[in-house]
Amino acid sequence: MKFTLDWLKQHLDTDLNDKEIINNLTNIGLEVESFENAPSELDDFIVAKILNTQQHPNADRLRVCDVDIGKSETVKVVCGAPNAKKGLFTVYAGPGAIIPKNQMKLSISKIRGVTSYGMLCSEAELKLSNESEGITELSEKYKEKIGKKYFDTTTPKVVDLSITPNRPDCLGVRGIARDLAAAGVGTLKKIKDSKLNQNFDQGLKVTIKKEKKQGCTIFGSCLIKGVSNKESPQWLKDKIISLGQKPISAIVDITNYVMIDLNRPLHAYDADKVSKEIIVRNSKKGETFEALDNKKYSLDDDMCVISDQSGVLGLGGIIGGTRSGTELETKNILLESAYFLPRSIRKTSKLLNIDTDAKFRFERGIDPKSIEAGLIKAADLIKEVCGGEVSKFDIQRLEEEKTNKVKFEISLFEKITGFKIEKKEIIKIISNLGFKINENNENLDLEIPSWRPDITQPIDIVEEIVRIKGYEHIQTLIPEKSRLKPTLNRQQKLFHFLQRSVASKGFFETVTWSFTDSKINNLFREKYNEIKIVNPISSELNVLRNSIFPNLVFYLKKNIDRGFKDLSFFEIGPVFSGTKPGEQLTVIGALQAGKYFRLNWQETERNVDVFDAKRDTVQTIVEAGFSKNKLIIKDQAPSYYHPGKSGSVFLSTEEDKPIAFFGEIHPNIVKKLDIKTEALIGFEIYLDFFKETKKKLKDQKSQFEYSDYQKSERDFAFVIDKKIKAQDLIDIIVSIDKDLIKNVKVFDVFEGENIPKDKKSIALNVTVQSCEKTLDEKDLEKINNLIISSVESKSGAKIRS
Amino acid sequence: MSDIKKIKDEYLNKLDKDQNIESINQIKTELFGKNGIVSNEFKKLGSVSQEERKKFASDLNFIKEELQNKITSKIEEIETKEINLKLENEKVDVTLPERDFKQGKIHPVSQVIDEISSIFSEIGFSVEEGPDVENEYNNFTALNTPDNHPARDMHDTFYLDEKKELLLRTHTSPVQVRTMLKGKPPFKIIAPGRTYRSDSDQTHAPMFHQVEGLHIDKDINMGHLKGCLNYFIKEFFEVDQLKMRFRPSHFPFTEPSAEVDIGYEIKDGKIIIGEGDKWLEILGCGMVHPNVLKNVNVDPSKFQGYAFGIGIDRLGMLKYGINDLRAFFETDYRWLSHFGFDPLDVPSSYRGLSR
Repeated sequence: MKFTLDWLKQHLDTDLNDKEIINNLTNIGLEVESFENAPSELDDFIVAKILNTQQHPNADRLRVCDVDIGKSETVKVVCGAPNAKKGLFTVYAGPGAIIPKNQMKLSISKIRGVTSYGMLCSEAELKLSNESEGITELSEKYKEKIGKKYFDTTTPKVVDLSITPNRPDCLGVRGIARDLAAAGVGTLKKIKDSKLNQNFDQGLKVTIKKEKKQGCTIFGSCLIKGVSNKESPQWLKDKIISLGQKPISAIVDITNYVMIDLNRPLHAYDADKVSKEIIVRNSKKGETFEALDNKKYSLDDDMCVISDQSGVLGLGGIIGGTRSGTELETKNILLESAYFLPRSIRKTSKLLNIDTDAKFRFERGIDPKSIEAGLIKAADLIKEVCGGEVSKFDIQRLEEEKTNKVKFEISLFEKITGFKIEKKEIIKIISNLGFKINENNENLDLEIPSWRPDITQPIDIVEEIVRIKGYEHIQTLIPEKSRLKPTLNRQQKLFHFLQRSVASKGFFETVTWSFTDSKINNLFREKYNEIKIVNPISSELNVLRNSIFPNLVFYLKKNIDRGFKDLSFFEIGPVFSGTKPGEQLTVIGALQAGKYFRLNWQETERNVDVFDAKRDTVQTIVEAGFSKNKLIIKDQAPSYYHPGKSGSVFLSTEEDKPIAFFGEIHPNIVKKLDIKTEALIGFEIYLDFFKETKKKLKDQKSQFEYSDYQKSERDFAFVIDKKIKAQDLIDIIVSIDKDLIKNVKVFDVFEGENIPKDKKSIALNVTVQSCEKTLDEKDLEKINNLIISSVESKSGAKIRS
Repeated sequence: MSDIKKIKDEYLNKLDKDQNIESINQIKTELFGKNGIVSNEFKKLGSVSQEERKKFASDLNFIKEELQNKITSKIEEIETKEINLKLENEKVDVTLPERDFKQGKIHPVSQVIDEISSIFSEIGFSVEEGPDVENEYNNFTALNTPDNHPARDMHDTFYLDEKKELLLRTHTSPVQVRTMLKGKPPFKIIAPGRTYRSDSDQTHAPMFHQVEGLHIDKDINMGHLKGCLNYFIKEFFEVDQLKMRFRPSHFPFTEPSAEVDIGYEIKDGKIIIGEGDKWLEILGCGMVHPNVLKNVNVDPSKFQGYAFGIGIDRLGMLKYGINDLRAFFETDYRWLSHFGFDPLDVPSSYRGLSR
């Protein structure tokens, strides 16, 4: 909402200076976006100096001038003035400038084959004098002003307010003045009495059809006969320009002016183009009309239209039509001032995708009691500017508008705001805002002003009072430390723990969009349905992600393409399994590319591989408080992993859902996405599948028991079938005697020479220790034999001699 | 006895000569082994007469001790010598690079969420969460923003169905609705999380982060709201002095509503929070609208309180001098390395939020 302070002062008597007014606006909730000088057309005229002139190659009377306009580079201007000579100070107008004399807009143009950037102006062109023989000659004094504006324009400063949707009344200057007056900035001026002499009837029949979904409830109008429409007078043009709009004609400008002044949208019809009567009715599907924005609209059922006998004239409260629009030749006008229901306006304008100033106001709620005030102000002005005779007002109503009331308990104010103000002051504030008050002990019976559709209940009254009184009166109470429950629940603690656990393993945490490119998503989608966004911001972000990987792999590739090689990224966040709220899982996805050691003076280079991914996965789960010995590793993983180099982690055998996957990413995906890296591995951890443990971690610790008896280590090498997994051997050995066998470690795996093709050799180191005694040779021999015989019988392995 | 003294002198002599660990161990066995010279002398103890036994034993022990001490010191001497010799040969160039350490990083958004949670934890708030996909009712209608309300235009919404019933939440406020629907007052929660709006330019990202706050009890008023936010902002920016301005505004789900500005100035191209005469808008808040309370089955005549919503990314940008919002979500290795935090840097009140 834009306006000048001069305009404001037409409604507000105040002694306050500009700055004080501006501060007060913000303090009462009318946020000032900016307070700046309105742009002026004259700003484009700049003091310049001709540095050089050359004869135009193709025209005797023209010269090509190098002109200094205060920028780093000079501009070339073609000029025909005899006095255009080297060293002259003059006035330059750039492309886009409008010449005051003839309203011609300049552009970059070729004059006889030479491009001219703008123009050097004569005094006549600037409307300074009649001197048109040569260009303006300025004195040496202008030396310091090269590049500066030539005209000392003092356009009025324009206030731009950001009006919240609840305050349609402040979409008019008078409403703003009223609010300021209530806040003590001044007094609201009375509206001047009209001197209209209305002695004939409006003449055109107006009907609001009683239909279901009728969007219009009041239609006021008057006929103004014998006007002569013309260019607006300067004061009106200035006002329109200060709003950032273009003056059109007196009649159109006046209706716009009244809209901004009183927040009262109006519409002027050329009465001679209206066929016999005005009917306000619901549209029928398929009806069309051409609107003032020069677009043709095809209407649906039940849109509120203003029509005559031959069809639709306009969309009520939204936009008028070209058929009945006013022109400079218009002689008789029908002026409309109506009330349209916000809901109807919003629905129609959304369907047709039209946004106008009138629509913006009607959908927020116009004062239904401002019908006549709008007609009076506009008719007065039209008569003053364009002449003519004004008819009596014709006001059709579907129903009498009622006055809304609210009962306000004064104590509510302190209950909500925490501070108290005198009843007297409360009454003063709300009466200044236009409420009518009946005191009723500690209650106030209030009549809500018709321009405040936002006020419906007592809390709204509290808001009005505290807003006008000032939020600075609210105390700053020291927060109490009382706690209702722990800050984080178990799952949230797990989230924060795992996040930092993964990061501590050398991964960079990233945050990427929850949506992704369906093409990449499909590579990682597995069994999930694709979740499309109806209105994505781009086709590359058109679905909700089913996995963390699509975005992660996309950005990993971007970094590789930037020249980075060894990268580790992870994200912890939602992945989506369906379109319903809650159909999402919290997942850690991590990717690592390149080499573990690269170009190193100590270690030999090697690529990252599945066992790096496994280490980070398992270690993260262990750090979260789960025993490594109890984890089950299986060799199944989603299809985007390398089928032979990936696995899943289960918390226990009973668990039906794996809590994690790890492995090398499928080479097809690496190829398809053209990721230029030696190796790409990843893992995923599903936070939602961590079963709630019966005991908290702190209660899981058993008694501290340890053995000081000597431990013994022994190495075994078995030749077994390739199919048999290392974990199976370990499980067999551990199960022999859980108390004695403290640790089993694989330290070598070997295939090839001396080993049959379908076999492999696995070497294990077993630690044996008793809690009761030092084991003697006999004990050890016994357990060693047991290990060999168990492994051989259960796995078909053979001990290597 | 004289024999043994002779042996002692002999061995002390021997030990004084050049020896190595092996030869000393050999001597040790010769003297103290099962059939060692000294061990054998001790075996004689039984056959020595009563009168002489005490002296014999005492002499023998004395000799034993002397020899043992000599052996121990000799071993030590040799070992020291060996170590010194080794050290002379083991000098490396320590300016050679150490083994690689893979430094991980925590994203600034996560760090800021942890900071915020830590601050609110101190004043008794707990953390609630809600789904990213919401229904139209929780995101708008329950929050007193019915369909056809112009306030809906302020939220450019991503929809998941043509009927516009399922959407990506445009703010964290639906967590208020969910929290109150499933529980009974009082409520004292914050809800950080992802939020989505379908606009995208230099200052807007289609996804960003908000933290919602809600405190409902019997007598929570605007003074509590002001106190809570004043505390939070001071703690967050870690400043002693804070200029804060509450300014009336409008949100459909709060009444009265306020926007909060904080004072700042620009010194050497950097934003200094808390000083100066410029104002920066950082959050919206207000007293929860009675219509919202009714929608979640809380009796507004018995319970009241405040809610607020803060942009997390923006707070992070202000605190850590980050200029570009979109860079948060672009996973640039260099950016993450520059602005990311060490995983051990867990914000807490006793260790301070930042270092």
